Amino acid sequence: MNPMQRKKDRIDKLAEQAAGASADVPDAGKVADTGGVSLIASAWRRLRRNPVFLVGLAVTVLFVLIAIFAPLLAPHNGQTGYLLNQVTPNDPVPGGQDGFPLGADGQTGRDLLSRLILGSRQTLIVGVCATLAGLAGGVVLGTLAGAFGGWVDTVVMRLVDVMLSLPSLLLAISVATLFGRPSQWTLIVAISVVQVPIFARLLRGSMLAQRASDHVLAARALGVKRGPITFRHMLPNSLGPVLVQATLVLATSIIDAAALSFLGLGNPDDSSPEWGQMLGKAQDYFDVAPRLAFWPAACIVVVAFGFTLMGESLREALDPKTRR
Amino acid sequence: MSAAAYEPEVRAGDSLLSVRDLVVEFGGKGRPTFRAVDGVSFDVGPGQTIGLVGESGCGKSVTSLAIMGLLPARGNKVAGSATFDGTDLLTLDQREMSDRRGRDIAMIFQDPLSSLNPVVPIGVQVAEVMQRHQGLKKAQAMQESRLLLDRVGIPDPARRLKEYPHQLSGGMRQRALIAMALACKPRLLIADEPTTALDVTIQAQILEVLRELVVDSGTALIMITHDLGVVAGLCDEVNVMYAGRIVESASRHEIFARPEHPYTHGLLGSIPRLDGTRAGALHAIPGSVADNIPWTGGCAFAPRCTNATAICREQSPALEADPTGIPDHLLRCHHPILPGTDSTHE
Ligand SMILES: Nc1ncnc2c1ncn2[C@@H]1O[C@H](COP(=O)(O)OP(=O)(O)OP(=O)(O)O)[C@@H](O)[C@H]1O
Ligand code: SF4
Ligand SMILES: [Mg+2]
Repeated sequence: MNPMQRKKDRIDKLAEQAAGASADVPDAGKVADTGGVSLIASAWRRLRRNPVFLVGLAVTVLFVLIAIFAPLLAPHNGQTGYLLNQVTPNDPVPGGQDGFPLGADGQTGRDLLSRLILGSRQTLIVGVCATLAGLAGGVVLGTLAGAFGGWVDTVVMRLVDVMLSLPSLLLAISVATLFGRPSQWTLIVAISVVQVPIFARLLRGSMLAQRASDHVLAARALGVKRGPITFRHMLPNSLGPVLVQATLVLATSIIDAAALSFLGLGNPDDSSPEWGQMLGKAQDYFDVAPRLAFWPAACIVVVAFGFTLMGESLREALDPKTRR
Repeated sequence: MSAAAYEPEVRAGDSLLSVRDLVVEFGGKGRPTFRAVDGVSFDVGPGQTIGLVGESGCGKSVTSLAIMGLLPARGNKVAGSATFDGTDLLTLDQREMSDRRGRDIAMIFQDPLSSLNPVVPIGVQVAEVMQRHQGLKKAQAMQESRLLLDRVGIPDPARRLKEYPHQLSGGMRQRALIAMALACKPRLLIADEPTTALDVTIQAQILEVLRELVVDSGTALIMITHDLGVVAGLCDEVNVMYAGRIVESASRHEIFARPEHPYTHGLLGSIPRLDGTRAGALHAIPGSVADNIPWTGGCAFAPRCTNATAICREQSPALEADPTGIPDHLLRCHHPILPGTDSTHE
């Protein structure tokens, strides 16, 4: 099986799960809790008691708060070379000391801790923007394909397959070249383009399941037109799995963003620090100060881990097969 | 072929919907064609209730979906006619049909929970139908839907209006669905097993709502069911279907007093009696529709029929008038169970 097919299969499996979540028919007479709203309520009841979810949620919330309040939390600004005077040819990276617990970020003598804190901002912006853009694109394409079916579906899904086959790295390089120089925006475009097909396929799958559902048939039996059928009856009932996927995708966006900036495809301007970019710069000092690589890497891993824990437990909670 | 044998005949009252020789075939490339409905004809007039009865898979739902134009867009072929008030519905395109659905003909389904949109409040779903066909403003439509919920017997309609389907009980959900179907005062209502998913007491209440509707508004009702109790309580005429064809058609009284087709006989025998007078006589018909042989070259019921003889396996019986001469009692059987000649049932 080629990687492309594997990607597709994984997405289709997700869509299937999602379809099951909204289309499973309860036993006759039993007051079942499968309605969309109660589905979320019962999922939340189980999530509240799931330690995995709580850890993920805690990490995520902490990260978001740090990113939002970064300028207030950072003890110093990220630009001034406070420790410049301690830089010597033998010891180019001043170590931890009073007021600068993690020491300097390299020969420039800036405060590493402050730059890590400020870096969370870039990471969050790139991750969230890329995911939102990918989500928007995917929802538009998936809705088109799912609502119209037929040749529209065929054309849209061909396009999506082409996008799915593009490696994000290659795409980022092309986008950066296209825009003239790499920046955080080329990064966002590159990452989101890779996500569009994931969301599109996922949404199309659950839209198709909705199309065959009883309540859509019942609405059609009363003459409800295609517009309201799509936007009131099909789309809201299809979004659940897509939103869960979005939290998972946030984790990969953050890792992707870090990887691309590490390779120099992100914002080259180091006055606004970014974890991947810091990791890249740390290579120059790897023998003398491996901690310069360790801290940004640790941040990336912890944050991505938090989003993944949260997303996976969300998905599990919404999957009818694991529900008791 | 027997499909055409049931010629349109004069029936009491003028008919509102008149279905003639309806055939629905499923199939497509790579799949063998399958006749789910095979030459079905019936009439229903204003204020009249007819029943379509038969076991699971005999084509009841497909018949009604074909009339409504709701079969999947591809992979099926529909033939025959369904004349509603002078127009053959089967010749209309999707847009024209969509204008009529909900306004002239409405349909309610078996499972009230899955037939309602889980993320939209009940009131909005009822109002939606009125906004679609009567061009009402949202506020006006909401006002109307409150009255409508009240009329179908939902207590505290002002509050229920804002609630979501999962907050309602099964019976109330079905009432809400009926309210949606009645929103534009359709002249024909098709109810596809509307009570199957409900408790017995709730079933009776829902049937009462439907009965009042027919009596008060003169709505024509097609009642699809495999529950003969529902037939007994509601239907004027009964069409018993087997494997896509009508095998017996008569008034309610006739069907219960004198079931002549072995299949109808079996169905009636299979109603358990609460008083136990027929203790042990719970008459499950052996086999299932899955044993069907196609109607071509014999009777589809033959493998399960206790009266079957050689001719049943060679010649497909036609839908014909009852041999004892009772009017409006049609049968499709070589060896009907006639009064006095009942050899197989006590
Ligand atoms: N879209 C379809 N494609 C192929 N076959 C179909 C399709 N819809 C229904 N059928 C077949 O047509 C036959 C009649 O189905 P139908 O749903 O009308 O049965 P029914 O009498 O309503 O049964 P039930 O009491 O279970 O609702 C069944 O054998 C079914 O498998
Ligand atoms: S035709 Fe023969 S097999 Fe068919 S129902 Fe009548 S007796 Fe039974
Ligand atoms: Mg059915």
